[in-house]
Amino acid sequence: MKRIAISLLLVTSLLLAIACERKGGPGTSNSTGTIVVGYYGDLSGRTSNFGQSTKEGVLMAADEINKAGGLNGRQVQILSEDDEGRPEKAATVVTKLIDQDKVVALLGEVASGNTLAAAPKAQGAKVPMISPSSTNPAVTQVGDYIFRVCFIDPFQGEVMAKFAANTLKAKKAAIMLDFNSPYSRGLTEFFEAAFTKLGGQIVNKQSYTQGDRDYKGQLTAIRSASPDVIYVPGYYGEVGVIAKQAQQLGIKAPLLGGDGWDATQLWELGGDALNGDFISNHYSVDDPSPAIQKFVADYQGRYSKRPDALAALGYDAMKVLAEGIKKAGSTDGQKLRDAIAQTKDFSGVTGTISLDAQRNAVKPAVVLKLQDKKYIYQETIYPEGMGPQTKAAPAATTEAPSKAGN
Amino acid sequence: MDTFVQQLINGLTIGAIYALIALGYTMVYGILRLINFAHGDIYMVGAFAGFFLATQLGFAAGPSLVGLVIVLIGAMVIAALVGMAIERFAYRPIRKYARMTTLITAIGVSLLIENSFVAKLGAAPRAFPQLLQEQSYTLFGNAAISKSQILIFAVSIFLMLLLQWIIFKTKVGTAMRAVSFNLNSAKLMGINTDMIISVTFALGSALAAAGGVLTAQYNPQIDPLMGIITGLKAFVAAVLGGIGNIPGAVLGGLLIGLAETFVVGYGQNVGVPTTFRDAVAFAILILVLLFRPSGLLGSTVQEKV
Repeated sequence: MKRIAISLLLVTSLLLAIACERKGGPGTSNSTGTIVVGYYGDLSGRTSNFGQSTKEGVLMAADEINKAGGLNGRQVQILSEDDEGRPEKAATVVTKLIDQDKVVALLGEVASGNTLAAAPKAQGAKVPMISPSSTNPAVTQVGDYIFRVCFIDPFQGEVMAKFAANTLKAKKAAIMLDFNSPYSRGLTEFFEAAFTKLGGQIVNKQSYTQGDRDYKGQLTAIRSASPDVIYVPGYYGEVGVIAKQAQQLGIKAPLLGGDGWDATQLWELGGDALNGDFISNHYSVDDPSPAIQKFVADYQGRYSKRPDALAALGYDAMKVLAEGIKKAGSTDGQKLRDAIAQTKDFSGVTGTISLDAQRNAVKPAVVLKLQDKKYIYQETIYPEGMGPQTKAAPAATTEAPSKAGN
Repeated sequence: MDTFVQQLINGLTIGAIYALIALGYTMVYGILRLINFAHGDIYMVGAFAGFFLATQLGFAAGPSLVGLVIVLIGAMVIAALVGMAIERFAYRPIRKYARMTTLITAIGVSLLIENSFVAKLGAAPRAFPQLLQEQSYTLFGNAAISKSQILIFAVSIFLMLLLQWIIFKTKVGTAMRAVSFNLNSAKLMGINTDMIISVTFALGSALAAAGGVLTAQYNPQIDPLMGIITGLKAFVAAVLGGIGNIPGAVLGGLLIGLAETFVVGYGQNVGVPTTFRDAVAFAILILVLLFRPSGLLGSTVQEKV
């Protein structure tokens, strides 16, 4: 009995010690000291290219802000957590950032499935969260504390459908989707709707799940339907291999993808099988505009590699948040939320960012052609009621859609 | 027709890999009556051993046949050593206890291997260097076979024949058969059973590693968790063919590979979505076990008490 009592006492005191230790974490001082911002992303899982790039963009923006004197006289500190690309882990690390580290705002995630798991935690604690690049529409519908600085999938799916139907003159499309990913399913749905509306036909639809290794069964079925284009709205880890196996099967139709393809690792997995494919993305690293070229040069100077779209969006998300903190003059959740919601005509690297009533950024998308480890700018497609509907680039291809030299 | 032939080739390719892994399951079971759940991870270890050999020895730069042979054999040797080490340090000390103890240990070893790889290398997929100049040969119509598929068929057939030769024509093989027949009697006959068990693990692990390197050539993406599902399906293949039966493991592997591919290729026509692919392997297992509990080629052995 005595033994039990002593061990109970020990356990209780240990628990108390743990509980007290983090009380008054780094973010508690509400008006002085550093402003602590939480970042969460996949730093070691299957999509770690995404999390790393975004984090680099966020850190670069934070350093620039600090060098320029901080926000309202306070320095910004980024606390970063790894969610291993798993939704349940994303929810856990976000809870930790909110409860223990008392962050004033959150930045993340890339993959919509992970953001969707974490967003309710932020909403519940009334901590504003800005997702740099989750494009599934459901993300910001979680609540009024959830924002994003990228376009959404109804638009992204439509962009590719327009490009396929109008520029590539494709009539028949096949789809190969990642069945368990909200991102992939969303894009499929919107691509399908837009493509059929433009007079096209979906001739075959196949699915895979993340981590699959063999796609030849699906691709052979797609091949027998002889589509003009194949839409593969997945993430780079699988897409690279899909492209390779499509090449092995002698499939000549170009693959079309979304921003989930954009990662340096894509080229290691897919190699020259990717040549002649097209993706929709948030910005083009080759865009001559001074804002983009300054960002690219700074990023290259800091990390000695070219920034992908996720790095640029991470950078923009941090800058939008900083603007909100400046405007709010405080890091109070409610005031900060209101300030971020008013973001209008903010000029970021990935374009002019205005948040609409649903807390989504309204921005154009670019279509890029993949060729020898480069993304070649094709055209910019604007959302309805913004800018010219389609602005064809001088280099835009008009020939029949077929991968040259494959 | 060409689509059908293509699906057949696709199915046989993955089936051959399952067969290579299933052989390891079935051999270990035949001797120890142990399901070595860490076997799928040996397949992964083999692929990673190949990856590091290729990058460290400088074969990653371009395709080279010599490099491929060295990487393949090197990975098989490394995996054989790992397999022997697992047997020596995890299974041998507890061999005298109930069979359930070893089974649970096997699951523990599997988790240990997976998670130490994730901790050390991260879970992100890596690109496996291309050691074979990939090329497709058209058979007829649209049906094509790629070099890496030919490699898989050639190497796995060679290894299976080699295994058959070892088991039936060599002294070690005779000893293995004796041990699998009855471990204690074999011991009384003067067979060094510990050594034979070690050899069995080494052979099984080497075959799994060959499967790992061949898959990585066919499909250049490896990650520390790649052995879970593949290993599980190979296990199903071994049970399907009749666990403990070597030709059964090969047959089971090919059947699972074909079933999977045909579900993907034609399932939609009869209302089975492609995502049922993995479920089908296990549904087949349940059906076979209902009607032929000892597997397709397995013989019903009366449990001796």
